[in-house]
Amino acid sequence: MIAVQDRKIALWNIGVAYTAFLIGTLCGLLQVFIRNDALQLPAWLDYYQILTAHGVLLALVFTTFFIFGFFITGMSKSLGSFGPKVRLFSWIGFWVTLLGTVMATAMIVAGEASVLYTFYAPLKASGFYYVGLALVIIGTWISSFALVGHYRVWRKNNKGQLSPLFAFMTITTIIMWIIACLGVVATVLFQYIPWAFGWTDTIDVELSRTLFWFFGHPLVYFWLLPAYMAWYVIVPKILGVKVFSDSLARLSFVLFILFSIPVGFHHQLTEPGISNFWKFLQVVLTFMVIVPSLMTAFSMFATFEIAGRKNGGKGLFGWFTKLPWKDIRFTSIFIAMAFFIPGGAGGIINASFQLNEVVHNTLWIVGHFHITVGTPVAMTFMGLTFWLIPYLTGRKFTKSMKVLGLVQIITWSFGMLLMSTAQHLLGLLGAPRRTAYSGYNDHPAALEWFDGILTNHVTMAIGGSILFVSAMILIYIVVMTMFLSPKAVEPKDIVDFPLAESDMSRTPKWLENWWIWIGLALALIVIAYAIPISQMIHHAPPGSEGFKTW
Amino acid sequence: MHLHKYEKIWLVFGIASLIVFLSVVGVSAFSQDHTPAGGMETIDPKKVSETAPFDNPGVTQLDDDTYQATIVAMAFGYQAPELKVPVGKEIIFKVTSTDVVHSLTIDNTKVNMMVVPGRITTKSYTFEEPGTYLILCNEYCGTGHHMMYTEIEVYEQ
Amino acid sequence: MGQENREPETNLKGTLVSVFVVGLIIIVMWVAVYLLYVAR
Repeated sequence: MIAVQDRKIALWNIGVAYTAFLIGTLCGLLQVFIRNDALQLPAWLDYYQILTAHGVLLALVFTTFFIFGFFITGMSKSLGSFGPKVRLFSWIGFWVTLLGTVMATAMIVAGEASVLYTFYAPLKASGFYYVGLALVIIGTWISSFALVGHYRVWRKNNKGQLSPLFAFMTITTIIMWIIACLGVVATVLFQYIPWAFGWTDTIDVELSRTLFWFFGHPLVYFWLLPAYMAWYVIVPKILGVKVFSDSLARLSFVLFILFSIPVGFHHQLTEPGISNFWKFLQVVLTFMVIVPSLMTAFSMFATFEIAGRKNGGKGLFGWFTKLPWKDIRFTSIFIAMAFFIPGGAGGIINASFQLNEVVHNTLWIVGHFHITVGTPVAMTFMGLTFWLIPYLTGRKFTKSMKVLGLVQIITWSFGMLLMSTAQHLLGLLGAPRRTAYSGYNDHPAALEWFDGILTNHVTMAIGGSILFVSAMILIYIVVMTMFLSPKAVEPKDIVDFPLAESDMSRTPKWLENWWIWIGLALALIVIAYAIPISQMIHHAPPGSEGFKTW
Repeated sequence: MHLHKYEKIWLVFGIASLIVFLSVVGVSAFSQDHTPAGGMETIDPKKVSETAPFDNPGVTQLDDDTYQATIVAMAFGYQAPELKVPVGKEIIFKVTSTDVVHSLTIDNTKVNMMVVPGRITTKSYTFEEPGTYLILCNEYCGTGHHMMYTEIEVYEQ
Repeated sequence: MGQENREPETNLKGTLVSVFVVGLIIIVMWVAVYLLYVAR
């Protein structure tokens, strides 16, 4: 059991995460009904306001707070209790992030920031929306540096040793996050805030988009890596085996520091201002970041096979039936991984240069991130929640909770399968993303999109409704395990943090030489970005004034 | 660092597949000109209506086999009178925006262009089937985003 | 440097087949969208 003060920080982070989850999923439910033309919003509420809230609260707020709750617990567990300074800065980081979140959300609710979570200029939100977003980033940096400080103390006390795998992976994720945020911090601080408050008249739109996507792609890895951490270090423990390969786990993580950042152009493949050479170069680099995920796929199946064979599984696939399917801590994460197979494949398609023209800004993309962040990441976090909150509160995870957890996982999977399949297919047909109800004046082409058995608004609405029911079950589980379930007294009731053993006796020490990875990452960033960004600045057109088109 | 034999096989297969994907799109893009929409030209977003070719939007014939379609995107519509182009001829689309970011996306074609104020997006496309195609905006641009559309007529010669 | 799986023969045949199924899904999806791209 970790120190009670550390538990408190983690619980507050998780509490905020699920508050955002509650509001964000409600927004999602409203969206599918508006798109179905089954719901008219009151005049003071706009579809795009709800869409902005849905994106910000789920993709940014839920993920970020949950990730820090998970990191704080795991770092305290694997490196020992926090010192007073680490604790103080973890709290400051938490409050600054929360303040930023509240500011940004208030602006969305006030209708001053219906610019979606990508906030592309020259849509001009209230300056306080951008200040709120900046505070969110700064808050995460403070929390990150607190954890880095904790890690440095451990390194000083354990000279020459490799850190535990959980700590190594946390630090990897944090390094990637800090470098990635430089892009968004630069554009928000030097472009958006002066412009939104009227200190400058115009903004360089293409530059702001480029700086945003410098951050935007590693952002998705900031969500994904904590899920991978659960896959690498939590799942083997639940299965009763060791980490498949400590050195390969670490290698795949450092590859993410190198290749998750210099790839943002693959979100800008169909836009002007970047020449084909630089677009294609970043496409190649994007393909490099697929390699550590291929390694991860192998490690996961190997972990399952070793565990299943240990439990008596015979033949080619006998091990599969010997996995602990009744344990929701495992089943949830297994399904999450399964969703990532088409999710990852879709990502390869999106990044395939001109193939992007088929899918760019269609509903396919919406389907894509619901089966990447919306299920592989989110459902892994759900699978963690089932033991993380009881572990932190010292409460039981009762039998009825286990049953409810199973219902929750199955409903989420089923709802997501319906909704995301519909979205993928509609996108391939050409239906655009980010739109309220529209038939383009009953244009035959648009009517045709929505005419299929799977490709219609009703399928999406049914999927979305099931997802909402699932989300509410999860909220019930969270409230119960946080405040109401009986305290665990008997040893058999005490919920533990499943942290797998990892044999690092043969892991090379250079893997933990961070300066190598930071140096290489910066070099790759310079190669991928220096020339196109300097061209963009030198040949910049007159800037754009702000517009409030909502 | 030891790799299991099967993991080596898997990684070699996986990386080879990625190289094949990259080669297919790379060769098709750079040797057959199948590059996505783009372009390096700039324009003053406040002076679009005074700047050629956007001072006279619409379809113009460049030579026997090439036409140019000049279109101005704005919240929430497209300014381009009489969008009629022949089938089987190369159409060069040139698009810019007078306000926020939009897209110009033609249903059932490869034309899917981001339209960024201050920049001119170019895309070349040859229609193979006559008919009336739906043009729509697929980048969020404000309250009327889902009402932003027009049509292009592709006629037989 | 060295081997984490010191057991002389960790039987991972099922893993090999499984990852190739993953690879197949990736290839099928990619080719499908590529053909759609060419058709447009």
